[in-house]
Amino acid sequence: MELLFSICLGVMIACGVYLMLRGRTFPVILGLTLLGYAVNMFLFVSGRLHTNLPAVISPERAQYADPLPQALVLTAIVIGFAMVAFVVVLALRASGELGSDHVDGRKENES
Amino acid sequence: MNHLIVAPLLLPLLMGAIIVLAVNRSMALHRTLGLISSLLVTLITGALLYQAATGPIQMYVLGDWSPPFGIIMVLDRLSAMMIFITSLLAFLCLLYAVKGTDEQGKNFHALFQFQLLGINGAFLTGDIFNLFVFFEIMLLASYGLVLHGGGARRTKAGMHYVMLNLVGSSVFLIGVGILYGLLGSLNMADMAVRLAHAPSDNAALLQAGGLILFGVFALKAALLPLYFWLPNAYGFTSAPVAALFAVMTKVGVYVILRVYTLIFGDHAGVAANVLEPWLLPVALVTLVAGSIGVVASRDLRQTIAYMVVASVGTLLAVIGTFGVDAIAAAIVYLPHTTFMTAAMFLIADMIRQQRLDAGAALTPDRPVGQERLLGLLFLGAAVAIGGLPPLSGFTAKVTMLMGVQSHAAAPWIWSLVLIGGLLGLIALGRAGSVIFWKTIPLDDSGVDAFSKEPHANIPRYSAGYVFPVLILLAISPLLVLFGGPLSDFGYAVAAQISQPVYYIEAVLGSDAVAALMSAGGR
Repeated sequence: MELLFSICLGVMIACGVYLMLRGRTFPVILGLTLLGYAVNMFLFVSGRLHTNLPAVISPERAQYADPLPQALVLTAIVIGFAMVAFVVVLALRASGELGSDHVDGRKENES
Repeated sequence: MNHLIVAPLLLPLLMGAIIVLAVNRSMALHRTLGLISSLLVTLITGALLYQAATGPIQMYVLGDWSPPFGIIMVLDRLSAMMIFITSLLAFLCLLYAVKGTDEQGKNFHALFQFQLLGINGAFLTGDIFNLFVFFEIMLLASYGLVLHGGGARRTKAGMHYVMLNLVGSSVFLIGVGILYGLLGSLNMADMAVRLAHAPSDNAALLQAGGLILFGVFALKAALLPLYFWLPNAYGFTSAPVAALFAVMTKVGVYVILRVYTLIFGDHAGVAANVLEPWLLPVALVTLVAGSIGVVASRDLRQTIAYMVVASVGTLLAVIGTFGVDAIAAAIVYLPHTTFMTAAMFLIADMIRQQRLDAGAALTPDRPVGQERLLGLLFLGAAVAIGGLPPLSGFTAKVTMLMGVQSHAAAPWIWSLVLIGGLLGLIALGRAGSVIFWKTIPLDDSGVDAFSKEPHANIPRYSAGYVFPVLILLAISPLLVLFGGPLSDFGYAVAAQISQPVYYIEAVLGSDAVAALMSAGGR
């Protein structure tokens, strides 16, 4: 499972970084979102991967999954969601004000 | 438990929320609430600074979840000084903003209070994930403030700023995830103790985690490969916001100083002093790049923005030696550079509004309306920033150069700081002569410039408009007059930071210190 998880994370990060390096705002925002997802998954596994364990302490079991990373991920998801919402609005406004959806505000023919 | 510690966070939070609710009420109400809150926070942080300077490290346990489990606020001398500088600067910037800048958008005062909350929180928190949360509060408010007033240039600079910081937040989480996965704690004092006992198998990952965090802090502090967002974002935003942001790069400096002395200090076992080979060279190169930018800028506000970069380079180069004397000297320089850059941003804005065509661009134009007033203000700020004798720039730089003299890299630091200072002086001298001397004469020299046609619509500054700038400038001679106590305080701060056992004992008690010692630390 560890191998599968790390391959998924790696692919997500690679796609996110690739999209982030594009010139238009829409792929960049997609890239930021993808990177955010990958980071949230990474943060989640900082409590290690377990199967069949209670999420919080249970009297019948000796072991339990670390609840703290779950709380951290929840915080990170909320913050990341707000940030993406903000950057989408900003990108819309920028394309209105600069007349282009390029991150540097360039026109079509300048590329 | 001293409840005053949490007041610099709760007050702006509450006031910001009230201002949001009153969004459609008059601007006068927003201004009154914002000013009252900022003034109160300044007074409270002043009291906290006095407590911290004379007493031990204090801790505020949120929700009474005792450390290392809950989130804590820690007031030591360094954080007390930083929240006082922030609050005082915010109050003065707000005094300037209420003269008209805040009318360009409805939510200026609410965002300003949330900004104050975020910065103060980042300085006070003792928990590394909570630091992330306060960073995000600070950044989200700053995104709004950077874009305040609108315009194509602001939007473009703002977009770069927002996207870079979003990437920075993701990287911060990766660093925190690595460290939590290996250490199992997020409380900074507890992390320090656990790191001291960390097995050497994890050395590479622990060091990588520490250096990934440095990448994020370097973005906040605007160190070399990561400063390109700053000149446009600071140069094109509204003046009071740029002036307040003079303290935002210092958040990065503070966090570097805190994390790499407390968690990754001498006692950190396998990851001890992980930053020491990196910080000094990176900071020196930043100083060089910033100084070149200062000379190359064609716009007064951008010149000052590059001065922020150069000052961060200077500050971190001195801190990068990690000596007690050097840190003490950096503590003396920090308030000086923050307040003087802020003053310069405000003065540049006053100059810009009174120039008819050129604005803040460094091209000849007709003389400004109030030549004597603006000329004197500019001269005062330039002397202070440039580091000329009577004002605080000189004493602060001498203190820093003396502080690093025993370090092996001292010749590099001395020569680069001095050359950087010279380039800054040249740039300021050139800017001053273009703005005030190389002017295109008005058609006929008359008694009052304001009654003439081209000047008829420009603002004329009253005493109330100049007042916050004068206060900011007056801080400079005060820093010289009280140089003795300030330097003593700098040593007291440095002594506290360079011995993290005080911090750990205040947070976790003496058992934790014993555990730290047993790991073979100092």
